[in-house]
Amino acid sequence: MKKMKLVMVGNGMAGVRTLEELLKIAPHLYDIAIFGAEPHPNYNRILLSPVLAGEQTLDEIVLNPLSWYAEHGIKLHLGKKVVDVNRARRVVVAEDGTEESYDRLLIATGSNPFIPPLPGRDLQGVIAFRDIADTNAMIETAKTHKHAVVIGGGLLGLEAANGLVSRGMDVTLVHIAPWLMDRQLDDVAGDLLRKSLELRGMKFRVETHTQELVGGPHGRVTAVKFKDGSETPADLVVIAAGIRPNTQLAEKIGLHCLRGIVVNDTMQTVTDPRIYSVGECAAHRGIAYGLVAPLFEQGKVCATHLAEFGIGRYAGSTTSTKLKVTGIDLFSAGNFMGGADCEEIVMSDPYGGVYKKLVIQDDRLVGACLYGDTVDGSFYFKLLREGRRIGDMRDKLMFGESHLGDAGHQGQNKAAAMADSDEVCGCNGVSKGAICKAIKDKGLFTIEEVRKITKASASCGSCTGLVEQLLMFTAGGDYSAAPRKKAMCACTDASHQEVRETIRAEHLLTIDDVYRRLSWRTPNGCASCRPAVNYYLISTWPKQAKDDPQSHFINERSHANIQKDGTYSVVPRMWGGTTNSSELRRIADTIDKFKIPTVKVTGGQRIDLLGVKKEDLPAVWQSLGMPSGHAYGKTLRTVKTCVGSEWCRFGTQDSTRLGIDLERALWRMYAPHKVKLAVSGCPRNCAESGIKDVGIIGVDSGWEVYVAGNAGIKTEVAQFFVKLKTAEEVLEYAGAFLQLYREEGWYLERTVHYVARVGLDYCKARVLDDAANRKALWERLQFSLDGEPDPWFEFEKAGVDARQFQPLGVI
Amino acid sequence: MSDWKVFCRLDDIPVLGSRRIARNGSTDVAIFRNGDNKVFALLDRCPHKGGPLSQGIVFGDSVACPLHNWTIGLDDGCAKSPDVGCTQRFSVDVKGSDVLLDVEELTTLALGPTVVPARAALGAETAAAERPAV
Repeated sequence: MKKMKLVMVGNGMAGVRTLEELLKIAPHLYDIAIFGAEPHPNYNRILLSPVLAGEQTLDEIVLNPLSWYAEHGIKLHLGKKVVDVNRARRVVVAEDGTEESYDRLLIATGSNPFIPPLPGRDLQGVIAFRDIADTNAMIETAKTHKHAVVIGGGLLGLEAANGLVSRGMDVTLVHIAPWLMDRQLDDVAGDLLRKSLELRGMKFRVETHTQELVGGPHGRVTAVKFKDGSETPADLVVIAAGIRPNTQLAEKIGLHCLRGIVVNDTMQTVTDPRIYSVGECAAHRGIAYGLVAPLFEQGKVCATHLAEFGIGRYAGSTTSTKLKVTGIDLFSAGNFMGGADCEEIVMSDPYGGVYKKLVIQDDRLVGACLYGDTVDGSFYFKLLREGRRIGDMRDKLMFGESHLGDAGHQGQNKAAAMADSDEVCGCNGVSKGAICKAIKDKGLFTIEEVRKITKASASCGSCTGLVEQLLMFTAGGDYSAAPRKKAMCACTDASHQEVRETIRAEHLLTIDDVYRRLSWRTPNGCASCRPAVNYYLISTWPKQAKDDPQSHFINERSHANIQKDGTYSVVPRMWGGTTNSSELRRIADTIDKFKIPTVKVTGGQRIDLLGVKKEDLPAVWQSLGMPSGHAYGKTLRTVKTCVGSEWCRFGTQDSTRLGIDLERALWRMYAPHKVKLAVSGCPRNCAESGIKDVGIIGVDSGWEVYVAGNAGIKTEVAQFFVKLKTAEEVLEYAGAFLQLYREEGWYLERTVHYVARVGLDYCKARVLDDAANRKALWERLQFSLDGEPDPWFEFEKAGVDARQFQPLGVI
Repeated sequence: MSDWKVFCRLDDIPVLGSRRIARNGSTDVAIFRNGDNKVFALLDRCPHKGGPLSQGIVFGDSVACPLHNWTIGLDDGCAKSPDVGCTQRFSVDVKGSDVLLDVEELTTLALGPTVVPARAALGAETAAAERPAV
């Protein structure tokens, strides 16, 4: 079959990325030809600033060397500007007369610098800052000339000015607004930025309008004249007054343009179905994006449509801003200026060079502006995007997410200060050097890509902030612009929330129903979505939806914990952490009989038998004669207790009794993730209730209930939920809270994350304020758990496939 | 010389599941059945850290290793990008409802046990040391 022809106009980052995505999924569908106006292969435009500053070289920022085009059989027309497209004949025409015909056309012409109509703008020595030619011109001029003026105090202007200063020029930056980066920063942060740049030798003229550029006898610029009549000498003028989508060609050939080439959610132009557009030139829902992450997102969607898969929609992105000037940390997002109906929380330490402002409206974070310490930028950005209520965390909000309990990277929060050999990701042992190398060598731009390739921050995630900083310094990628909606996995576009809601609204009962209804791309999902969907079904429709054993991780299929050598560990249940001589005797006999190599007491007050062969599991369970401890599942694990008032001279309440009652009421409970409880008999809190999903502390007058604590990756102290009088009430309230979590939590979301997402106030409203709802939740939990089997003894009822314990044969 | 032998019926392997054939002194061979009732056989050892692939979640034409979630192609035994590495594959034939494997392959390919980095037998030693002499 004859291949179709795909022509791309523009050889920049967004366009080439789209082709890369296309080649991944449909390598042989098209004969591809590319026109690029510049004489260079695709390079990382964002890194022109570090090149100008002398921190990187041009060679280092090339993303796709010429060999890449050759490898993929792409016909590359470099240095040829496309001047026309005949849409009727489907032919692209370049300035020099070169023609290419197409079946599909991709316009990725990017943007042009905006040059205000100043007298003298055509003089020699007046340039923009957009491409390699501009960068080279600046580098060359800096060698022979002294005075530079940069017009425009936005991101690009500052980066240009900074680069020229480090190349030894005397730089004056002219800005119309009263402070720098007025689109991204408020006045305080803008002034802090100005001061720190002044220390580097940069001069500023803010609130200054340029009148004209003055030329000398040889046609070269010699000075800049301002509206107030003053003048400053200039051998070089860099105009950085913003960019405009480059729609020249598109307009000429009659494509509808409005602040960019107008495209739909599949990145197809609204005028001509054969023509697609991505990148800075495309206007999606009225926005032309200028950051890498959204453009790559567009590229991915566009590629699936070019590949004729007909899947994927681009739904827009929320963006934030960072400055690529080494040594200056700056972050802003949303409405950072505030306004009449906004509240502000401000932390200001001008001497230490730190300033943080959070803008809140209707109990939600709507803007953030950080200067000097941006490590929490991504945390605020997440809150901003999700728009959750922040009332319950308002007092801690300013201190960010990472104020407590982050482990694995020696408490570091400034990636730039780390040595290459320093470990960034403690879970997977990835050093700073290894991450930077992967980012450079493999051309990574997003945090997801870095996770996939290096595994850094892929396990516990507590080093995410550091990895993001490394990405920033190394690739300049704006990783933090995120799609508004996060798909569950690559099998679908649906989010966890959408899947949950669809299952409930449409009474779906099987995994296949869900996959069909939501148009899954894969026949039976993947190891990530199938367990989640299965959980959503059985938690939404207990006793109706049938549990699918093959959609559980091995631990929940074999009802034991797999170990690194393929053996298993077995933890029998000991109610509330209590046991007796006959249980201990049976445990000891089992250890001897099955030659179990390691016996360990766990943090949850249980006994762990490690190194059991899979074949022996059923016999070990029989020999123990104790219920399953569910130490292997996304289930209620343990209720840890102190001895309480029965023995303890300080005890005020019978914590052991309540712990046993809770465990008997809740055991066999499947949940989005594991669930741990604790009951302490007095505020000395020996059972460590403060770091449990539900922690209960006995006081003289009753019980205090805390929720959403966590002792794992992120140590999070549980939050006070309610004070109750009786043990019966504790059961009902704790049960209702857990049922709420079971019904609404996303798979693998611990209570701490669930509560962080929906807000503690929401949980209180559903469980505390609404008594009828609380009782209904508690009843639904009891209904779910009623008659649930013990999987160690009731194989059939629990859906345990006993065949797994025996090999088919022995050779 | 091929030596095909019936090891089980198709229904002895759960859909989207697996069974094992034990090999004396050597790593087991895992037999998988996917959603299209295709049957595959691989050495029961992930190329990453030796995890038993038979215990993984089967989806599409792949299995996810239970230890660190590498995705291994059932057809070729190779890890999916960006991970790198392959495990031994074995020939399988399904005749009617019978599943056959080649005994010749089973007795000659990828012999030897799975070697997992040594685990200090702490518990056992302590127990032995503390046990009173009889």
